[in-house]
Amino acid sequence: MKLHEYQAKQIFADAGIPTPDSRLASTVDEVMDAVNEIGYPAAIKAQVHVGGRGKAGGIEIATSEAEAREAAESILGMDLKGYTVDNVLVEAGVDFENELYVGITMDRGEGEPVAMVSTEGGVDIESVAEKTPEKIAREHIDPAFGLHPYQARKVVFEAGIPADVAMDVASILGTLYDLYESKDASEIEINPVMITSDREVVAADAVMNIDEDALFRQPELAEMEDEAAEDDLEAKANEYGFDYVRLSGNVGIIGNGAGLVMTTLDLVDYYGGEPANFLDIGGGAKAERVTHALDMVFADENVDSVVFNIFGGITRGDEVAKGINEALAGFDEIPKPVVVRLAGTNAAEGMEILNKDLVQVEGTLEDAVQRAVKNAEEVEA
Amino acid sequence: MSIFVDDDTRVVVQGITGGEGKFHTEQMLAYGTNVVAGAVPGKGGQEVTGVPVYDTVDEAVDAEDADASVVFVPPAFAGDAVFEALDTDLDLVVAITEGIPTQDMAKVNKRLSEVDTRLIGPNCPGIITPGEAKLGILPGNIFESGDVGLVSRSGTLTYQVVSNLTERGIGQTTAIGIGGDPIIGTSFVDALEAFEADRDTKAVVMCGEIGGEDEEQAARYIAQNMDTPVAGFIAGRTAPPGKRMGHAGAIVSGSGTGTAESKIGALNDAGVPVGDTPNEVADHIEDFL
Repeated sequence: MKLHEYQAKQIFADAGIPTPDSRLASTVDEVMDAVNEIGYPAAIKAQVHVGGRGKAGGIEIATSEAEAREAAESILGMDLKGYTVDNVLVEAGVDFENELYVGITMDRGEGEPVAMVSTEGGVDIESVAEKTPEKIAREHIDPAFGLHPYQARKVVFEAGIPADVAMDVASILGTLYDLYESKDASEIEINPVMITSDREVVAADAVMNIDEDALFRQPELAEMEDEAAEDDLEAKANEYGFDYVRLSGNVGIIGNGAGLVMTTLDLVDYYGGEPANFLDIGGGAKAERVTHALDMVFADENVDSVVFNIFGGITRGDEVAKGINEALAGFDEIPKPVVVRLAGTNAAEGMEILNKDLVQVEGTLEDAVQRAVKNAEEVEA
Repeated sequence: MSIFVDDDTRVVVQGITGGEGKFHTEQMLAYGTNVVAGAVPGKGGQEVTGVPVYDTVDEAVDAEDADASVVFVPPAFAGDAVFEALDTDLDLVVAITEGIPTQDMAKVNKRLSEVDTRLIGPNCPGIITPGEAKLGILPGNIFESGDVGLVSRSGTLTYQVVSNLTERGIGQTTAIGIGGDPIIGTSFVDALEAFEADRDTKAVVMCGEIGGEDEEQAARYIAQNMDTPVAGFIAGRTAPPGKRMGHAGAIVSGSGTGTAESKIGALNDAGVPVGDTPNEVADHIEDFL
């Protein structure tokens, strides 16, 4: 789960990391009130989960009331790479001399967190990592002990951070690790940390992603989840507890188990169709869950055809069949053709129960996907 | 022959009194697995489907001479349960639980480097040596004893590929689901190494997916160390960057690492044919045998 910049910044500020004075605003009037309190120059920043916001016109610097109003009017409500901007963060402009990068993430290969520091802040750190990896200093962290203060100093010195601010940056890194651990972050970064003309360090941006599997013990962060959700259908999937990803095609896909659902998507593509979504109903799903899944995929107006692929381990074919029958019984006419393939635990019982007047049945994964792709083509034509 | 488990394996089930734990204990017993004990704090002295329950894993191991455990403990307590198992003399711990916080697993991973116990999972379907033992939730009836080893990050995809094999009369030595989380115990390389050392395994199927670099590492291992032929499958060719595809570990990062393309390329370079469909994987295996 990705937090918005304003949410992450609040957490950073509460932990004692210096951040610029800022206010969240969702109307032009609120933006004007905020700049009046903060003063000029002020940055007006779109709060959406889109990389490269600045280049896309989602960040403006205002030096006057007229500029602030113009920026507020252009950014609020704008479409930024497919996301509508509902909120902006209004923030005091920082007079800076240098921009640094500080971040912590999980190194999957090593199975432990790694702290990263670089003097190349303010740009996409992944392109720095690709083109000039020597400009990023790294330090692995033993999760049993946490980040030792000496490690924070070591990585800051290795990165070549100017001596007069090095201890301040090391201190920020220490605080970031405390937050990384205590908030169950999967990734936490400040890009850039600005060094001001007074040689102060300030967190000018804030990225914080939370491990979704740890939200049960992070109730305050879990409450931010709705605010962080972007897509209505994805929000609905959260409510039902489905793993769901919306894509751009027209073949709706429902299955059980991440690997098999991904494979079903890949086969739709392989046979010339375009997947509309990834929807994993999980293991051991009961009939009601199956009904919810079909409702969700029907609710996506891009979907022209649906393929339902179940290989039962813990999931039982008879429960799935019951759920499909119930979901479809509510319609006078089935809104979109549904192809069903059931295999594994209780598949035979499921096939008995399944109302074959309402769905098309196929015996293999390949046949089911090809039929669903064909159905979608016929609807399009 | 087989790897990691056989009909001598003596199993303790952690979380045996829960719904999943009880159901799958029955299934494992029905398959012929020696489930000799359960471990649930506060439930010592009870019995579940004839299996004696102990308060701690240590007691269960001592009393019943167990050498493996299967963990069905809910995610909030599963990290602790795995630690408990690693602090005993068990040879093998199989963690089925999905949704263990990654930072808990980072601490478990640290302890793993200090002990001799093997961990499989978490977030995995378990391991099966057909006709001998299954530790986990795999549906036993689709497997058949034979010559092919299988290692996979995904549960249901394993079932799909196994059924494609079994339908052609191709059986399995051992099938192992290593799990879909970012931090797991047994890796592809560990499993491939064991299959390479197993005389009865004549070919291996490796089912990977997007995210991380384990498949690329496996490809290097295969090129340098394996005589046994390997066929591959990679799920997630159509996954967009930055989106978690169900499994916590199945995500292509913004910088483009962890893509299906990179994994398929690495495997092909190592001489491993990669099927476009699960059925094509079975074609390749048939060619090897």
